[in-house]
Amino acid sequence: MSLHAQDDPQLRLEQEERLRAVWKPPSGWFFRWTDVNNNRIGVWYTLTAFGFMLFAGVLALIMRTQLAVPDNDLVSANTFNQLFTLHGSMMMFLFAVPMFEAVSIILLPQLLGARDLPFPRLSAFGYWSFLIGGVFVSGSIFFNAAPDGGWFMYPPLTTRTDLSGLGADIWMLGLSFIEVSSVAAAVELIVGVLKCRPPGMRLNLMPLYAWYILVVAVMILFAFPPLIAGDLLFEMERLLGWPFFDAAKGGDPLLWQHLFWIFGHPEVYIVFLPSIALFAMLIPTFAQRHLLGYPWIVLAAVGTAFLSFGLWVHHMFATGLPKISLAFFSAASEAVAIPTGVQIFAFIATLWAGKVKWSVPLLYASGSLAIFVIGGLTGVMVAIAPFDWQAHDTYFIVAHLHYVLIGGTLLPLFGGLYYYWPLITGKKLSDRLGRIAFWIMFVGVNLTFFPMHLSGLEGMPRRVFTYPADLNIGWFNLASTLGSYMFATGVAVLVVDLALSPTRKKAARNPWNAGTLEWLAHPDDEDWGIRSVPLIESRYPIWDQPGFVAKVDEGRFFLPDAEEGRRETIITSVLDAKPVSVIRLGTPSVKPMMTAVALGAVFILTTYHLYLLAAASGVVTLACVLWWLWDTAEIPEKPEKPIGHGIELPLYLSGPAAPGWWAMFITMMADATAFSGLVFGYYFYWTIHPDFGAGFDGPGTYWPMVALALSLISWAVTVGAREWHSRGGVQPARLLLIAGAAAAIASLFVGLRCLDGLDPKANVYPAIVWVLVIWTIVHAAVAAIMQLYTLARSLARRMTPSHDADLRNITVYQHFFALTALVAYLTVGLFPEAGL
Amino acid sequence: MRRWLKRAQSLRVTLWTLIVPPTTWAAHFLFSYLWAAVSCARLGMWARFPTAFVIGTVLALLVIVAAGVIAWQQARTPGTPAPHDSGTEIDRLRFVAYATLLLSALSFVAVVFTAMPVIVLSDCR
Repeated sequence: MSLHAQDDPQLRLEQEERLRAVWKPPSGWFFRWTDVNNNRIGVWYTLTAFGFMLFAGVLALIMRTQLAVPDNDLVSANTFNQLFTLHGSMMMFLFAVPMFEAVSIILLPQLLGARDLPFPRLSAFGYWSFLIGGVFVSGSIFFNAAPDGGWFMYPPLTTRTDLSGLGADIWMLGLSFIEVSSVAAAVELIVGVLKCRPPGMRLNLMPLYAWYILVVAVMILFAFPPLIAGDLLFEMERLLGWPFFDAAKGGDPLLWQHLFWIFGHPEVYIVFLPSIALFAMLIPTFAQRHLLGYPWIVLAAVGTAFLSFGLWVHHMFATGLPKISLAFFSAASEAVAIPTGVQIFAFIATLWAGKVKWSVPLLYASGSLAIFVIGGLTGVMVAIAPFDWQAHDTYFIVAHLHYVLIGGTLLPLFGGLYYYWPLITGKKLSDRLGRIAFWIMFVGVNLTFFPMHLSGLEGMPRRVFTYPADLNIGWFNLASTLGSYMFATGVAVLVVDLALSPTRKKAARNPWNAGTLEWLAHPDDEDWGIRSVPLIESRYPIWDQPGFVAKVDEGRFFLPDAEEGRRETIITSVLDAKPVSVIRLGTPSVKPMMTAVALGAVFILTTYHLYLLAAASGVVTLACVLWWLWDTAEIPEKPEKPIGHGIELPLYLSGPAAPGWWAMFITMMADATAFSGLVFGYYFYWTIHPDFGAGFDGPGTYWPMVALALSLISWAVTVGAREWHSRGGVQPARLLLIAGAAAAIASLFVGLRCLDGLDPKANVYPAIVWVLVIWTIVHAAVAAIMQLYTLARSLARRMTPSHDADLRNITVYQHFFALTALVAYLTVGLFPEAGL
Repeated sequence: MRRWLKRAQSLRVTLWTLIVPPTTWAAHFLFSYLWAAVSCARLGMWARFPTAFVIGTVLALLVIVAAGVIAWQQARTPGTPAPHDSGTEIDRLRFVAYATLLLSALSFVAVVFTAMPVIVLSDCR
């Protein structure tokens, strides 16, 4: 294709016809829901999360009504417990985190000039998991079965089945399921940012939103798995009576607090950074200039991400840990104010240096920064342990966290909503209603939460369903209640504004005159994402690159066609975004939805102790996953294709250049983090007990070492198979894969031998050994399934020496499996022998 | 010295080198926490200025300073006009290096913050 071929309007029309046909959404009352295109999945995701937010907001209004006057009896203490638990859990797990994923699924491909994210079906799977888990958890309140132990679910209140009902199981299993979808989204977003950027978009030209999303997605990988590990221990205690948090049998409730807050504190930044990322997009637009201090913002995002993992114990200042430990966390909590401040100063400087247009999104941005700063400053106060002891578990904390989350997450999202609504619907929202809603909410937030500082300092504890009149906090509470209704009114105005949107006429393209790539979107948008994938030379290409929009529209950049009738996007290198390959993307399919339903059934059936049915659903899930995988990593009909401008790119990748390899690597990082949470548990119990074994027998040394040897054989043989296979040895590789699977299965049975005679109900020591060994042998089973799957791929000629992505991907899994086996078996087998 | 700094300029820069300083902070922080937790729980006490802690802190600070000096050199690679935000290899290098330099500064402060309680607090209460 020559440079001037695109001058021919007839050719352009034909290309558009082909693209349109390829990206045509499925139709029919059922099949339209099997769509996987990011624009639709993202919108469903956003609407669902928004709906959960409104629901959780109504729960808050009921609570505020109950607390309006002293000694009120609108709701019972029991209902109140369910209300605050569900309010907190839903806002965190069903609104804040999924909303960031939802917005990113919509925006990221647009920002990166990609046709879609690398794994569209994974996005769909994440959405359906989220919907099923979310409805299950939030619906429980209608059956008076909602969780009632607070959003952090501290044992022993929640692990003792005589003190807490089904609600605790619903929380654990329902939200574990949603955590799976968050990890899936993290995989998608990391690979998207690193590998799907348009040619020329080097790291220093990446939109700051993409930087933030990359950082946050990596944080999810390290923050969510410890909670998944905690959930596992928690359910083992609730369902099977293994005493991980039961002090009478050597357990310790504090372990749960550690695991929860290792997740819980980074979580705050996981929901804050993506919202602040929206500012980094809209502030340059309304200042009409480049953002000042681009590397400083990257410093802020990366620095905050790291430091946020050193803060978790500041939620545990009142638990009696040694002061020296508290001081370490206090220090880190103060240090995190530095990067947070840096980014706010960069935004202010940009506005200062630019010509500011006072639009509605900017109003929300500046208003929310003001609220966030107040919350941040009270955060610095409670980061100091002696002050925290005074304020701990009072309404002062409630005030602090709501200032942070409303200023740092909710209002920025509303600002983003006003900013990006034209991008998604092609229509602008009302400036007038937007301003009215903003001012009502702004006053409402302060009226609700400022008095809580005072009622807290006066001694009002959190989570009480009522308070006596002579505590003299009635006025503060009444003010808070009035404020909350005012805030709700503001939200209602916003909802009305959204509801009126379909009656309005379409806005112009790029209505805010922004400079970044996502504003290429046309009001009457097509499903293909972007007409041609541009060459990027600036951070603000629409402003800086002459004729940019026209060139994209006329298909003068890369990949302007879909000659083979396939959905495609370009893969580029991580640092400099050099084009590496063209990949074929997943098309609409029922598989993601079916997999989500089957996996959801595993979690839901387990909640009701229907173990046989749950196990059957597990088998169905596995079958769905294999069925889904079978179509992936297909061998293309030709090795290369032209993408324009004389560039030919391969259609197949394997190893570290391929998105699939990265997805496996990233998933296994999360898996390894969860495992390290369990290992942390083992050594945690060791530190708190002078006699760790408490007289209970361990697994000995012999069987763990045999299991370890077999696991390492499975690993070595797989690495050997990969090497031999790449040199053309297909038959030897197949035999090695069979040997590897045999070794993995043998290690599973030997692993079980380690547990002979250990009663996990008796004491925490046998219980934690059980968990470590079971974790490892489940991984052995998965290793064997992967080896046999790869063998089947080879036999079906879907894998050849030059097309060996499957074998390379399972080798990544094997590396992590070997590491897991090494740590697990050395810990349970040799550590007790060390006699420490 | 100048020769060394010159050589630093040609070292390879990736996303992995970007996170060397904060990872050093994380390692230092984790070991400080584990050391305090384990010695308080198992021994019931800890020495006020244990050699291992001092060496570990100095080591962490040295790694961070080294990363910072290398990054500082790389952030001054000549060859492109200001403001160094264009799509060239040199500007990409300057950006990653400059961000690494900033992260070194933050990590340095954070390690010093972590070390301070050890000077002030003297027992396991």
